[in-house]
Amino acid sequence: MSLNELHLALPEILIATMACVVLIADLFVTEQRRGLTHTLAILTLVFAAIVTMRLMMAPGEVATAFAETFVRDRFSDVLKLFAYLTLAMAFVYAKHFLRSAGLFKGEFYALSLFALLGVMIMISAGSMLTLYLGLELLALSSYSLVALDRDSELGSEAGMKYFVLGSLASGILLYGISLIYGATGSLQLSTIATALISGGVSDSLMLSFGLAFVVVGISFKLGAVPFHMWLPDVYQGAPAGVTLLISSLPKLGYLALAIRLLADGLGGLHADWKMMLAVIAAASMVLGNVVAIAQSNFKRMLAYSTISHVGFILLGILAGSAAGYAAAMFYTIVYALMSSGAFAVMILLSRDGVEAENIDDFKGLGRRSPWYALMMLMIMFSLAGVPVFVGFFAKWQVIAAAIDAGFMWLSILAVLTAVIGAFYYLRIVKLMYFDEPETAAPIQAPIDFRAVLTVNGLAMLGLGVFSGGLIGVCVNAFGG
Amino acid sequence: MNAIHWPLLSLVIWLPIFVGGALLFLAEARAGLARTIALTAAIAALALTLVAVSGFDSTTAVMQFVEKTVWIEAFSIHYHLGVDGLSLPLIVLTALITVLVVIAGWGIKDRAGQYMGAFLILSGLMTGMFAALDAMLFYVFFEAMLVPMFLIIGIWGGPNRIVATVKFFLFTFFGSVFMLIGLIWLYLQSGSFALADWHAMPLSLNAQIWIFLAFLIAFAVKIPMWPVHTWLPDAHVEAPTGGSVVLAAVMLKIGGYGLVRFSLPIAPDGAAALDWLVIGLSLVAIVYIGFVALAQKDMKKLIAYSSISHMGFVTLGLFLSFAILRNTDSLDGAVLGLSGAMVQMISHGFISGAMFLAVGVLYDRVHSRDISAYGGVANTMPWFAMFAVLFFMANSGLPGTSGFVGEFMVILAAFKANFWFAFFAAMTLILGASYSLWLVKRVFYGEIANDTVAALSDLNAREWITLTILALLTLGLGIWPYPLIEMMDASVVALVDHITTTKIN
Repeated sequence: MSLNELHLALPEILIATMACVVLIADLFVTEQRRGLTHTLAILTLVFAAIVTMRLMMAPGEVATAFAETFVRDRFSDVLKLFAYLTLAMAFVYAKHFLRSAGLFKGEFYALSLFALLGVMIMISAGSMLTLYLGLELLALSSYSLVALDRDSELGSEAGMKYFVLGSLASGILLYGISLIYGATGSLQLSTIATALISGGVSDSLMLSFGLAFVVVGISFKLGAVPFHMWLPDVYQGAPAGVTLLISSLPKLGYLALAIRLLADGLGGLHADWKMMLAVIAAASMVLGNVVAIAQSNFKRMLAYSTISHVGFILLGILAGSAAGYAAAMFYTIVYALMSSGAFAVMILLSRDGVEAENIDDFKGLGRRSPWYALMMLMIMFSLAGVPVFVGFFAKWQVIAAAIDAGFMWLSILAVLTAVIGAFYYLRIVKLMYFDEPETAAPIQAPIDFRAVLTVNGLAMLGLGVFSGGLIGVCVNAFGG
Repeated sequence: MNAIHWPLLSLVIWLPIFVGGALLFLAEARAGLARTIALTAAIAALALTLVAVSGFDSTTAVMQFVEKTVWIEAFSIHYHLGVDGLSLPLIVLTALITVLVVIAGWGIKDRAGQYMGAFLILSGLMTGMFAALDAMLFYVFFEAMLVPMFLIIGIWGGPNRIVATVKFFLFTFFGSVFMLIGLIWLYLQSGSFALADWHAMPLSLNAQIWIFLAFLIAFAVKIPMWPVHTWLPDAHVEAPTGGSVVLAAVMLKIGGYGLVRFSLPIAPDGAAALDWLVIGLSLVAIVYIGFVALAQKDMKKLIAYSSISHMGFVTLGLFLSFAILRNTDSLDGAVLGLSGAMVQMISHGFISGAMFLAVGVLYDRVHSRDISAYGGVANTMPWFAMFAVLFFMANSGLPGTSGFVGEFMVILAAFKANFWFAFFAAMTLILGASYSLWLVKRVFYGEIANDTVAALSDLNAREWITLTILALLTLGLGIWPYPLIEMMDASVVALVDHITTTKIN
């Protein structure tokens, strides 16, 4: 192992070290001065971002380390930067909530940083084993985060459910990985890809089984139909700050999981997995958007909304083209921003640790706080995919990729479900603007929370109007 | 020919949007300031459109005041603006109606700044849509305008506003997603989002038919054509006066404009193959919806149905060309039909806007839209009755008013296509007169119906201004339509040339 290889993994090493430092440092911090832990965690992210940017790969450039189990390319670097951003936003939003709910503990930061590390390892995985390693690190941290409030029955139940079903999914994925290993004789994604093209597959039936298990595992993690059952319960049971976190950051990791496995490793089987993903995507978009209409709990509504958005992300992946992967990446990044913002507004409405989970809590926000209502309005229209907000640009790109790949029926289904989906996002806008407030309680939040929420909301418009920038970044990430 | 080098169209689009965006955050107590700012911005935008008119060269069909910069490089999407004889009149109409709506909304008490802001943003977005020469830019403006309209109906509308506004949003959203699929497909075929490229691109008949249908769904909802019109009466009834005026005067024209800019030139052979469908639906709208209007008890609903019926004339005029060419060798009939449709759009903008303003005048005083709540209004509001009767007469196509010009041109063209088209189209003269004049009789004439009507006061200064402007325009266009027709002529002729040349490769 040369020093140069360690240099390539500098961001990961930094995060791993700092996660431990945060864990230890927190022991010496008194309850009143816990803000220090928060600051330390944020500084870690800022520093990691600087390091990643300094080491940024040029489009098309690839470097590997540790016997090709670790890959650095433009895609990994860009996605990692957005992972830092997402987590930093989650820290700022969550702090306000955790404080008022009495959950403001150092573990939250250490676990989140470990989750980030898991995401980063997945993003940079060059072998199926590295992928699995990152996945498990992320998963175990997430299970504990969901059960952060140990006195909450709902939270413990959600944590348990997440753990059992998540382990099952990991098991399925691992089984698929072992079958693929059996068929191709390698764990290395690049070797598998070569084997598929050059016909070095010993048993194609075994390979097909492996592929099916892998696709199921990925769908489980993403929460795609029919493997979505855990998602609404976990979203609802987890404390709001944690829901915000698990709705955004892990999605970036799972995107990488899907692209690394299916595109980098099993790209030669595109003809096989594209139909599997098409069915899963169609079911996710339909079920997610239809069931979300019936929800009166905001967290559950957004959970079903997530399911439908996962369907759209799969639409980009199944196209199997660089443009499709770039579209899926754009969509995932944008989704993480939208989802963070939506949960942040929910946290803003929460008082004294009581979550504003009911969608009726949004009533009259337009009068109580015109500014934050406008932010929420933009986030909702963006989620619905209405131009000029950025969500539209995400939707049309994945649809374009799918049409280009010959999936016209799926694209038409996608836009129809988008219309259905618009209904429940509009309902939030309706509650905020057309209904009278039920309470006159003032809306309070610290200045950093307000600033980040404002930037987050305005980004829906800004990234939409100037969408060329982020689209260019994503297209570049795939060497385009 | 074009001496103005500053980005005129961008100014007309973005000035109202930025001013409107700022007004959203003006404190609730500063309503007076909000109104003044809004009026200034609206008048400034109108003045800029008039500058464009004065610099406009009507002898050519090429795009003028063109602006083009890269927007999304990866997909070669451009911020590409320009106007020709088809879009410029609609842009002026938009700016004019915005000024009138701001004046008419002077009395709004609830969140006045946001009300004005929403209308200014809406006007900027509509202008952008009329000026867009890039399909994605067009689509973004086309969809984005749903947001302010959704809020306008939902916040300042009547008792059933929520159902109405959600219906409005979802209907239009539903229609336009098919167009999005069509746009993406065309992009994948051509590698460009430029409308000019699409106009020139050869396409197989089968592809043209699908593209035509995808666009037709989007624009038919917007126009609205029978049978996807059901959102309109609800939206009109529940919208505040300003909302109804913008909806009827400008937003309905977007569908017609879309047909002219997208459907006809991109898929001319598809349009020719399916012209029977559009003509059939137009005739149903003209005749059947005309009868429906006759049965209405609510004034706004009556005008809404009348709008659907009149928009049927627009779609009829646009699609007559193909039938005319089958009968005759001359393009004159087709030009007549298309010009008639365009004139009808502008004229309907004036008249429907004016009728909704007139209903607003009554509603502000009596708080009822029911025809039965009125009677003998002419006795207490003689000046108002004069204006209202003029507008309702114009609506029924009285010669000398703008309503006559477009209808006459379309009926004339229809005779060249098919006697029965003309026969059914001409029935509107009877039906339109029936529902318009019957309404006038029941509301304005006869004995004073009740004490509320007896206590009515005549027009105030603001109402005088708005109604006078529209009355002058209605009469002006009716007596001397030549400037408008001349402005559009080169573009209409070019369009007819284009759509009568086959694109099948």
